[in-house]
Amino acid sequence: MTQLLLSIDPSLVDWSRAQFALTAMFHWIFVPITLGILFIIAIMETIYVKTGDLEWKRTTKFWMKLFGINFAVGVATGLILEFEFGTNWSNYSWFVGDIFGAPLAIEGIMAFFMESTFIAVMFFGWNKVSKKFHLAATWLTALGANISALWILVANAWMQYPAGMKFNPETARNEMVNFWDVLFSPVAINKFLHTVNSGYVLASLFVIGVSCYFLLRKRETLMAKRSIIISSVFGFIAIMATIFTGHGSAVEVAKHQPMKLAAMEGLYDGGEGVELIGFGILNPAKTLENNEDPFLFKFGFKGMLSFLIDFDTKSYVPGINDLVKGDSEREILSIEQRMALGDSSMNSLIAYKAAQKSGDKELAAIELVKFEKTFPHFGYSYVEKPADVVPHVPLVFYSFHIMVILGTLFVLMFIVFGWLAMKNKIEKFKFSKLLFYLGILGIPMAFIASEAGWVVAELGRQPWVIQDLMTTSAGVTNISSSSVQATFWIFAFIFTALLITEVSIMIRFIKTGPAKPENEGGTEL
Amino acid sequence: MITSQITYLFFQQYWWFLVSLLGALLVFLLFVQGGQTLIYTIGKNENERKMIVNVLGRKWEFTFTTLVTFGGAFFASFPLFYSTSFGGAYWAWTALLLAFTIQAFSYEFRSKAGNIFGPRFFEVLLFINGLLGTILIGTVVGTFFNGADFTVNEMRNVTWHSNTRGLEAVLNWHNVALGLAIFFLARILGLLYFMMTIDHAEMYKRSKKHLLLNTIPFLVFFLSFVVWLLLKDGFAVNESGVVSMEKFKYLNNFIAMPAVLGIFLVGVVAVLFGIIRTVFSKKSYDKGFWFAAPGTVFTVLAVLLIAGYNNTAFYPSTHDIQSSLTIQNACSSLFTLKTMSYVSLLIPFVLAYIVVAWRAINKNKITREEIIDKNEITY
Repeated sequence: MTQLLLSIDPSLVDWSRAQFALTAMFHWIFVPITLGILFIIAIMETIYVKTGDLEWKRTTKFWMKLFGINFAVGVATGLILEFEFGTNWSNYSWFVGDIFGAPLAIEGIMAFFMESTFIAVMFFGWNKVSKKFHLAATWLTALGANISALWILVANAWMQYPAGMKFNPETARNEMVNFWDVLFSPVAINKFLHTVNSGYVLASLFVIGVSCYFLLRKRETLMAKRSIIISSVFGFIAIMATIFTGHGSAVEVAKHQPMKLAAMEGLYDGGEGVELIGFGILNPAKTLENNEDPFLFKFGFKGMLSFLIDFDTKSYVPGINDLVKGDSEREILSIEQRMALGDSSMNSLIAYKAAQKSGDKELAAIELVKFEKTFPHFGYSYVEKPADVVPHVPLVFYSFHIMVILGTLFVLMFIVFGWLAMKNKIEKFKFSKLLFYLGILGIPMAFIASEAGWVVAELGRQPWVIQDLMTTSAGVTNISSSSVQATFWIFAFIFTALLITEVSIMIRFIKTGPAKPENEGGTEL
Repeated sequence: MITSQITYLFFQQYWWFLVSLLGALLVFLLFVQGGQTLIYTIGKNENERKMIVNVLGRKWEFTFTTLVTFGGAFFASFPLFYSTSFGGAYWAWTALLLAFTIQAFSYEFRSKAGNIFGPRFFEVLLFINGLLGTILIGTVVGTFFNGADFTVNEMRNVTWHSNTRGLEAVLNWHNVALGLAIFFLARILGLLYFMMTIDHAEMYKRSKKHLLLNTIPFLVFFLSFVVWLLLKDGFAVNESGVVSMEKFKYLNNFIAMPAVLGIFLVGVVAVLFGIIRTVFSKKSYDKGFWFAAPGTVFTVLAVLLIAGYNNTAFYPSTHDIQSSLTIQNACSSLFTLKTMSYVSLLIPFVLAYIVVAWRAINKNKITREEIIDKNEITY
């Protein structure tokens, strides 16, 4: 069925995935801080420009330096990701290049230059440009960073829900037919807002955590308290937006990636009025083939999953078994049926191309009609057995629930920290020391939640690199597995060294604290 | 139908022009890389080296961003090149990638307390970036004229036939000549940039001396590359998309496109004028950069235009000549090219704010006082 495709070594796919996952997860350590802290810095600098209070300038400069240490690694790893689309996923690059490339190019033209131009003014322009020009540069840097996130997330959303395109059998690729459908697909909108807001949450927790360190040490208390107020308010707004758009994302997942939703909830047998799992322990003995209970323990809310997806506590939500075996009453095709349709689609494409080559226009027209009819199942021609379409349930389930639980905790943290700091009670509070430790602990927790979100998004869509159209194994570059293994270890080594250096520099910088005050009066003369 | 084909051809040519322009701007901005290879040549003590690193550190982002945009624009407009070359010449692109990756954090980490490797380590990384980054870019671009060892099947899947996955490009002296020409050109631009932006008599003198020393190998490699390019056979493509060898193809391209030849000649003259005017001036002439930099853009633009225009395969296959990539068979759909073209209308606006920001930061020369005494440094 896939005669025109080159045979691919399975370990190559695993190493290529591992390399991309390593790069993406490492990249995502630095990006969310950049996305969020830039706005926090811009708010602080705005207050400085409005009030002339030099303590705000000092505070702004301190966070700006921390941002700078973090930013460079994000830039470096961003380049690696861009290259890896081509070096490791060349078949994918062609298959989606007509759609995926455009956001990348627009990202470069619109966002990266804005970011890189104004960041230079932000860092070097304090004594070279006016206060207002500098402030504008800071806001534009923040805007540029966030616009760049928009385009790459639009591209990622398209992989989850391919919209605004048509497959062109002549060129054997997907081609864009409606740019606005790609940009404004509900999946893209939710993904962008959910992801950037989660970045703001992480950056806010980062600022709170570092500020808590100063409060614990009883140093730079004014700067720390001010920073906590700004980041708590900013973080609270962001976490509410994250929750709202997270819900929006889940609704879209239910529509376009029901298997992912089933894995997120550990839902093997669907039905009407499905409960939402608050938390649970999955049964390791559970497989697709046996009838074991999927959970050893669970705590859920009856009918809530149905309600959240459809605003109806009785609505139907399919489970993994329903999606694999199909349900004719509900018009759900089984995976075997979809595989047969996928084979038919692939064979029609091959027959169409052969007929075109031999000049048999009549046959080509017939095969084209057959192909277009079965195209929605095209990717299933790459699937070897029905069980292959089920993602790794434990990883997706636990990642999703850890993200949600931590997200709920963050809401409380922002409220408590914000309220206490605004009332100027944060140091006088009975359990303030404990609270400061919690604030510091918030930093790793935010990273865990953020990375877990990406695990849900990306592992949850496996085996697809483009939902229903191309499997990960079909998108990989045809290269020896050993080459990818070698580059994996090279990158792993570089990333480890970078992380150690970055953390070491950051800790030293935080311990040293901000520069000495420029004016003892606190207000610029 | 014919109108649509003409429109498609227009957008293909337009995007080849834009990608070429980005490539040309990238080569100009490699002055940062060139400068990085001269930190110890021009900076004789720690303070001088600090000045150099801080002068270059204000611009590294531009080069990096242009590289990312160049890659993104190539992916968007000619995705078959992206999938063929990046996936095929795996080790060549990975080496290039590593050479650039090490730059981004080196500036930021170099002088920071808590840097466990010490400043020297990151200076070495900056040197490697300057050396390998420039040579590899030139060598890879050389394959646009000399071809690579691949085939593309009906489903556009690529097979690379060399086990060295792109590294074999260094075995072709013509590719390497271009790489070395770009390396020395980047150093020349770096030196001219130092002379323009650093207010330091001794460093100016040293830069001037090394300007001449780097110009000689640059001319040797550049002229070798150009002469051989004009004399060699090239990969021509006819209206049906069939690729064949044509004698003096790239010379013919210049003759067929006198405007491109004009751009090339103006570029070469501007680069040479920038160098000669600086080397032979009695006073401290410091504007050579503003001749050599646009000259570089013009020259590289013209070289890239003859690689793809006038029915030329811009990424030829030496394994199966019919697998060669042309701007027609490797490009995105008409719809995508059109959509991106609307976005490209923002480019003048982007260039305008870059100029404003550049002027704001580079208004005055960097002095020893600013960098050392006032300690207004970031890197």
